Amino acid sequence: MRFAVTKVCGGGGKARVGALHIGGGGGIAIETPALLLSTRKGLPSFVSCDHLASLPLPDSLLLHVCPTHFMEGPPLKTISNIGGLHHMLGLPDHILVAAAGDSIESLPSSEATNKFGASFDTPSGRRLVKPSDYMELVSCMKPNLWASLADEVPAWVTDKRNKISVDRTLRWLDACIALDADSGTNGFGVIVGGSSVEQRRLCATEVSKRNVSGFWIGGFGLGENIEERCSLLNAVTDCLPPEKPRLVSRLGLPEEVLEGVAAGIDLFDSTYIYQLTMGGFALIFPIDMVEREIQNGTFNNDGGDSTKINLRASTYRKDTSRLVDSCNCFTCQNHTRAYLNHLLNVHEMLAQILLEIHNTHHYLHFFRSIREAIKVGKFDLFRQQFVKKRRANITAAVL
Amino acid sequence: MNWKRALLTDSGGFQMSPLLHLADITEEGVTFQSPVDGKPMLLTPEESIHIQNNIGADIIMALDDVVKTTITGPRIEEAMYRTLRWIDRCIAAHKKPDVQNLFGIVQGGLDPVLRDICVKGLVERNLPGYAIGGLAGGEDKDSFWRVVAQCTAGLPENKPRYVMGVGYPLDIVVCSALGADMYDCVYPTRTARFGTALVPEGVLKLKQNAMATDERPIDPTCSCMVCKKYTRAYLHCLVTKDAMGSQLLSYHNLSFMMRLSRDLHMSILEGRFPEFVRGFLRVQFPKGDVPQWVRNAMEVAGIDISECCASTKCLTPSIDEQPPLPIPVEANGGVPN
Repeated sequence: MRFAVTKVCGGGGKARVGALHIGGGGGIAIETPALLLSTRKGLPSFVSCDHLASLPLPDSLLLHVCPTHFMEGPPLKTISNIGGLHHMLGLPDHILVAAAGDSIESLPSSEATNKFGASFDTPSGRRLVKPSDYMELVSCMKPNLWASLADEVPAWVTDKRNKISVDRTLRWLDACIALDADSGTNGFGVIVGGSSVEQRRLCATEVSKRNVSGFWIGGFGLGENIEERCSLLNAVTDCLPPEKPRLVSRLGLPEEVLEGVAAGIDLFDSTYIYQLTMGGFALIFPIDMVEREIQNGTFNNDGGDSTKINLRASTYRKDTSRLVDSCNCFTCQNHTRAYLNHLLNVHEMLAQILLEIHNTHHYLHFFRSIREAIKVGKFDLFRQQFVKKRRANITAAVL
Repeated sequence: MNWKRALLTDSGGFQMSPLLHLADITEEGVTFQSPVDGKPMLLTPEESIHIQNNIGADIIMALDDVVKTTITGPRIEEAMYRTLRWIDRCIAAHKKPDVQNLFGIVQGGLDPVLRDICVKGLVERNLPGYAIGGLAGGEDKDSFWRVVAQCTAGLPENKPRYVMGVGYPLDIVVCSALGADMYDCVYPTRTARFGTALVPEGVLKLKQNAMATDERPIDPTCSCMVCKKYTRAYLHCLVTKDAMGSQLLSYHNLSFMMRLSRDLHMSILEGRFPEFVRGFLRVQFPKGDVPQWVRNAMEVAGIDISECCASTKCLTPSIDEQPPLPIPVEANGGVPN
């Protein structure tokens, strides 16, 4: 894996565009900031491979895979025999990034984690994963990139527990690197530290000393204060070398993404799309308009653009318009809001499939807009405008 | 739906069957209690056709009075005659006979006399196609095929015969041998949701422990997307647990059914249908234990499957227990003496 920052947003900002090169020879180049699509046992929750292939490329090649989803899966030997994850999933061209926890099916349970391993709550019960187990999974699966095993704790733990989590995470990082056949060349070191700026800085500095190819900032999205998070995130990125990629886990809302990008984050792993889909929501916030406005130098302050719509609402029963007129995804090209409303009402899985396709498409385009804004040096403006519009809508809705 | 291919809608009658204990079937129509809000709802032949006219499918079904084949008694006769009276109301209510094809449905339970009356009655109405209804409801297989055989013998040769609610691949092969053309069934997708894949040998239960280490595709002879990409081992961990599992397995099962239809079709066109049937049965019953009802049906259909069947001595019930083979009913309804 190779990574290079290609453009930094001017004016003292930390937002940057980069290029991630994976795979030897004529490998793929992914532009960052980018989104890792969330998966269940390696595949998207609803989008089958034929539709996955028609999502924006190469953006949609980046997948977040949880090795812990496979603990009830095929035995390691079988996975090896099949040739690893890429072959087993039928996704030879995709970029699979493995990390132990996620927000849906593999939740870190910090009270059960101990000195031997990290505990996760999964659909098949609570599992303790030792660094050796984890690296065995990683070596059989052969993902393109992997994050070390970490002890992620929520914001409300004691200082003592927080310190322990930092110690363990560092110890386990070293253990993972030692167990890795490639000595960590594809490994991302996880940074924890909870809500303590001091611990965060300590952890970040220590992880930077290891031979990792990137940084995975964990422990957020677990109940911390939103204002706190911004300063914590920036404290971490300030301690990290700029030439290696930084990923933040579990921050996926549009504002969180913008905050992360502003702090110098390159990659995001989030289940936002899945949660939207399960709720029957479709993203509709206009991305292009903000772009266009920035180019024209005009700012539309009349609000009235929503971010997302809930297709279960009866207002959509007879709405034969598309989700988003300018969207080129399969769902918008072929189906109407009324049809989605109907599918949701009769509990058809097609609703989730169509929504996941659209939401993924839309959100990947959001990331593209972010990259464009950074390239033309207007990221701060883009972020301001976006947040302002969203707030205007929320207040308008309340009033 | 944005579906540019053919569509068929049912009358809504069968879908109400689970609600029949809440229902009251009268000459007017079927009154049942709405499962949504408990209010009484009435589905008449006119209303059913009206809704189907609006949906606009290419083939629409008449509202019939359907009874389970496991029931006996005068109710079956009542239902059969009512079905005939309702077909006239359906025909009268049908506003788009030039673009939507109304199929009548043959009822009559397992009684050949009743079935015969119904077949004749529907044929008189000169409909674009005919369905054989009231089957696939738990009756024994031997009765099932005889009803199909009788109906296909009595229905016009040049119009489609649609066996509703069928079914298992074996049933489709048998019914096709007997002259049926169209089928519908929830089986492929329902069984997929329970983790069962359709294969030439029969079924493959992906949830079995043995599947966890099986690196083969579901069906090495299948060229569908699922069989080209995934192993049984991986699917084993997905099925019944994840939406993707249901999707992938449904995809394969539907591909399987489409391949079966295509194979049946091509084998008939190319004049090798009996050979296809023999090949099919050999793979499903490698020990030659072809069920008796299949043997009986194929005999009536004129397909020689003796080489697929192991010695009949040990497998069939004694000669006294076997029901007599049906006497073919001629196209004009006459029964040879």
